[in-house]
Amino acid sequence: MPEQVGFFTDTSICIGCKACEVACKEWNQLPGDPPKFLDGFDNTGKLDAQNYRHVKFIDLVPESPNIITGNGAAWLMMSDICKHCTNASCMEVCPTNAIVKTEYNTVYIQPEVCNGCRDCMSACPYGVIGFNEQAGVVSKCTFCYDRLQANMTPACAKACPTQSIQFGALSDLHKKADARLAALQAQGYDKAQLYGRNDSVYGGLGAFFLLMDKPEVYNLPNAQNAKLPSRNNAKGYLGAFLTAAVGVLAGLIAIRQNSDESQRSA
Amino acid sequence: MAEHFVQPPNWEVWITLYFFLAGIAGGSYTLATMLRLWGSPRDEATARVAFMWAFPLAVVCGILLTIDLGKPLRFWHMLINTTPGSVGLNFKPWSPISLGSWALLLFSLFAFVSFLEVMTKRGNDRNVSGGMIVWNILGSIVALFLASYTGVVLSVSNQPVWSDSYAIGGLFVASALSASAAFLAFMSRFRADDALATEARLEAADGWFVCLELIMIIAFFVTLSNAGQLWRETAPPWLIGWILIFASFIPSLRTIASGGRVRYSASGGAVAATRVLAGTGTGAIIVIVGVLILRFVVIYSAQYQ
Repeated sequence: MPEQVGFFTDTSICIGCKACEVACKEWNQLPGDPPKFLDGFDNTGKLDAQNYRHVKFIDLVPESPNIITGNGAAWLMMSDICKHCTNASCMEVCPTNAIVKTEYNTVYIQPEVCNGCRDCMSACPYGVIGFNEQAGVVSKCTFCYDRLQANMTPACAKACPTQSIQFGALSDLHKKADARLAALQAQGYDKAQLYGRNDSVYGGLGAFFLLMDKPEVYNLPNAQNAKLPSRNNAKGYLGAFLTAAVGVLAGLIAIRQNSDESQRSA
Repeated sequence: MAEHFVQPPNWEVWITLYFFLAGIAGGSYTLATMLRLWGSPRDEATARVAFMWAFPLAVVCGILLTIDLGKPLRFWHMLINTTPGSVGLNFKPWSPISLGSWALLLFSLFAFVSFLEVMTKRGNDRNVSGGMIVWNILGSIVALFLASYTGVVLSVSNQPVWSDSYAIGGLFVASALSASAAFLAFMSRFRADDALATEARLEAADGWFVCLELIMIIAFFVTLSNAGQLWRETAPPWLIGWILIFASFIPSLRTIASGGRVRYSASGGAVAATRVLAGTGTGAIIVIVGVLILRFVVIYSAQYQ
């Protein structure tokens, strides 16, 4: 059984070069969407079926002309990707069982099984999964499953020039991340934190991050908001059952009442 | 306050129509069973109309669901797992779409048998066998599930609005019963004279279903408010939708305000119903359109702001 692998993305050393995006598109033969011209050199916009990697540019530069060194917080960059959640929302709702865990414990969508119902898109809390109009199925980062099977490093990690994206055994990455966080905090970066390192978010993430600010700043749900879709199953069905029961009772009263009157007058 | 960073699944017209028609199919089957169980023999004519419609509507539902898929020819993947090495049935009780796919199949079976039963009956034969009554009751349980699970599908997600409320399943079943009562009341107009009394009974029932729907809308709004997401429903385009939905309640609420009861008088040996409701059929159409708008607003407001 292969060891569980992961990505550790250290956003503190991301320079926004987008080599990861390019390498990912090259390897996975993704033509990409028409370029967008958004704030901060972002020309992909979001993760979707054509962008398995997306470098976020989070502009926190103050409007004031008296700009001081921002300790890495003035303009945050983050190479975003599927988180390969231990407890994956997409996998939970998928009715066709097209979404599976691989032998590397990564989350993989089988394109030949998916029928394009898109329920996973409504479930993924990170907005990772996109619908491929040409293929008629959904798709997202495969964690370079084909490269893993050939003992190769995933394309994005291979291409990253600053080692912001690190690939390896998840247990080793956890140790590296802990050491890096401790070093940053010792340097006074109080807001630095690990996201998805422990099980507080979807049981732990296969692709976890070192963030320089709160998760919400990076458009990531915090531990309080990171919930599985199934949380509403019991309450949803109970509400429906009770309403249906009251509805049947109301129907009984209406039909019996008027039926009795009808028979009496007849 | 809930925060969402999810993408919309782009469930649009086909899913909206499916949710709407599944409600009418399930609701009509249930009401037909209720008329058989608790109504007068005269109601059998309308019960037959309902059973005649339930099966074709179930077929249309299946077609709508299939059309919405990115790979329509793989519709059967909802039921059969084609993962290499794991081939077998797909049944995930914690996934409402999986459960709903089986429910639609099962309901189609119940509806088909009931359809055959009414199609093979003679015109004035009002007798229904005990076995068929049991079949109708079992079918109604599945029918109510079909009418409600679509709302649970929405709640069991991470979309804003949908996942912020667990009242959508209840809201959908209440509105499905209301639309079905209006639909059958409208359809019974085209039957023989003695269906007039049934129409009035259904209108009375619809009044109560609308009250239930109103309660569930309040529950829906309260849950959204608790999650800090009510603003999404009160944004301009959706606010207009809600105004139209509330306006569609007026005919039914007038029935309730008039006492909610139908007065009968014997005339020339035949029973004629004095309709408390306007009785033009317009009221029924307004109710049905209102339920369609409800599905539209709930589905679209979560995806497009």
